[in-house]
Amino acid sequence: MWEIIRKNQRKSLFLLIGMGIVLILLGFVIGSSFDPEAGGFAGIILALVLYFILLIVAFSSGKSIMLRMSNAREVGPDDYPQLYNVVEEMRLAAGMPSMPKVYVIDDSSPNAFAAGMNPNKSVVAVTTGLLNMMTRDELQGVVAHEISHILNRDIRYMTLATVMVGTVAILSQIYLRSMMFGGGRRGGGGSGKNKGNAIMVIVALIFAILAPIAIQLLYFAVSRKREYLADASAARLTRFPEGLASALEKISNSTADLKVADKSMAPMYIANPLKPKGKRMRNLSSTHPPLDERIRILRSMGKNHSYSGYQQAYQAVTKSKQGIVPNSALTTS
Amino acid sequence: MTLIIILAVAIILTAILVGMYNSLVRLRNQVKNAWAQIDVQLKRRYDLIPNLIETVKGYMKHERETLENVTRMRAQAMETSGVADKAKAEGMLTSALGQLKIAVENYPDLKANQNFLALQEELTSTENKISFARQNYNDQVLFFNNKTEVFPSNIIAGMFGFKKEDFFEIDNPAERVVPKVSF
Repeated sequence: MWEIIRKNQRKSLFLLIGMGIVLILLGFVIGSSFDPEAGGFAGIILALVLYFILLIVAFSSGKSIMLRMSNAREVGPDDYPQLYNVVEEMRLAAGMPSMPKVYVIDDSSPNAFAAGMNPNKSVVAVTTGLLNMMTRDELQGVVAHEISHILNRDIRYMTLATVMVGTVAILSQIYLRSMMFGGGRRGGGGSGKNKGNAIMVIVALIFAILAPIAIQLLYFAVSRKREYLADASAARLTRFPEGLASALEKISNSTADLKVADKSMAPMYIANPLKPKGKRMRNLSSTHPPLDERIRILRSMGKNHSYSGYQQAYQAVTKSKQGIVPNSALTTS
Repeated sequence: MTLIIILAVAIILTAILVGMYNSLVRLRNQVKNAWAQIDVQLKRRYDLIPNLIETVKGYMKHERETLENVTRMRAQAMETSGVADKAKAEGMLTSALGQLKIAVENYPDLKANQNFLALQEELTSTENKISFARQNYNDQVLFFNNKTEVFPSNIIAGMFGFKKEDFFEIDNPAERVVPKVSF
């Protein structure tokens, strides 16, 4: 059934393709602004090569970078018996072949994340703030949500997306800076070719400013959908949606910001570690759906803890006909 | 020409049959693996019980019958084999332990004992693990059994003797839900 979920991420895939198109267009426009004839193609190649280099780095050492950035330390069954037990319980419920490594982050803000491209080499990390604040059932809900990210292959998926956002940001920055400091050199001259160039330069400048914003919005849409799905899987694994619901409630009431949080790591956490400043924009520009909405969906699931139960609750709470869970998963569980 | 067509059809058919056979084998292995996961946790619980009895014995002078019942059910469960019988015996052991948990409520001294508290987390967690492993096992059995019943893989299942597996079911309806144990 996990396999079915993986295969049926059509909507997320479309968003990912959309992000890819933004990246390729940016490469094309920047390249064309230097040389209208052959530059576009070279720009695309440059953008893709940069993307793949960054991707290789992320896939080979993303996990260790993330753990180091958040100052996480590995713990065993003797250090935190309850945490370790809860992780093992969720591993068994999910039928994962091997035990994820358990990490603890010394931070008073309640949060958790999962890492690892491969379900056999995965990591679950929680903050000490979370451990202090949650009951056993609530901790179980949080851990189930993280394990679900691993099972649904969200980490692999989100890495593909995060690196794309990063590549677009780097390309735009380099281009804008080079135009700011080196723009004068190309400014002179009045031949026909240079005139065409000037138009392409303006297009490229506009694109370099807009592309990072566009790709961010697409990225947020992918990330939010993944959060709902991980909540649905968590309810199914624990058969107790109230645990996660009340954990999320506690998280939303806590005021502490995660000190070690970084923008690029946000989608991997259970709740957005960086609290949004304004409320109006939060729906479009957040990696996570609003907590109160996630809580209401979980609480209106009733006795049906399967994917179809979550789907119904989601549609009732958000008043949308949109599907969160792929249809093929609904019929098998 | 006809020979080539016949040959091609034969190769395609063989590939399909091999594919179905392999997916049956894979699903059956998943069932076996899921069972092994339950088995590990059941053994863990057998190991924990003598420690638990040893710890509580000193405090619980008036509960000899309850304690003996737990010990007896443990011995019985350990001897039983076969999924359906095992499930029944384990269900009885779980309810005997449940009675012990209720009895513990009357002994505040015991509930303050560090050794007991550690054992309690271990036992609670082991019982949760049994439930969660059972949940996964039953899912895997459902997938496998469906595969042995639906056409056309049921033909392969019949030819190679893939038999339906038993669910790990517990009779007591209250035990069907994952217990939210907190002594």
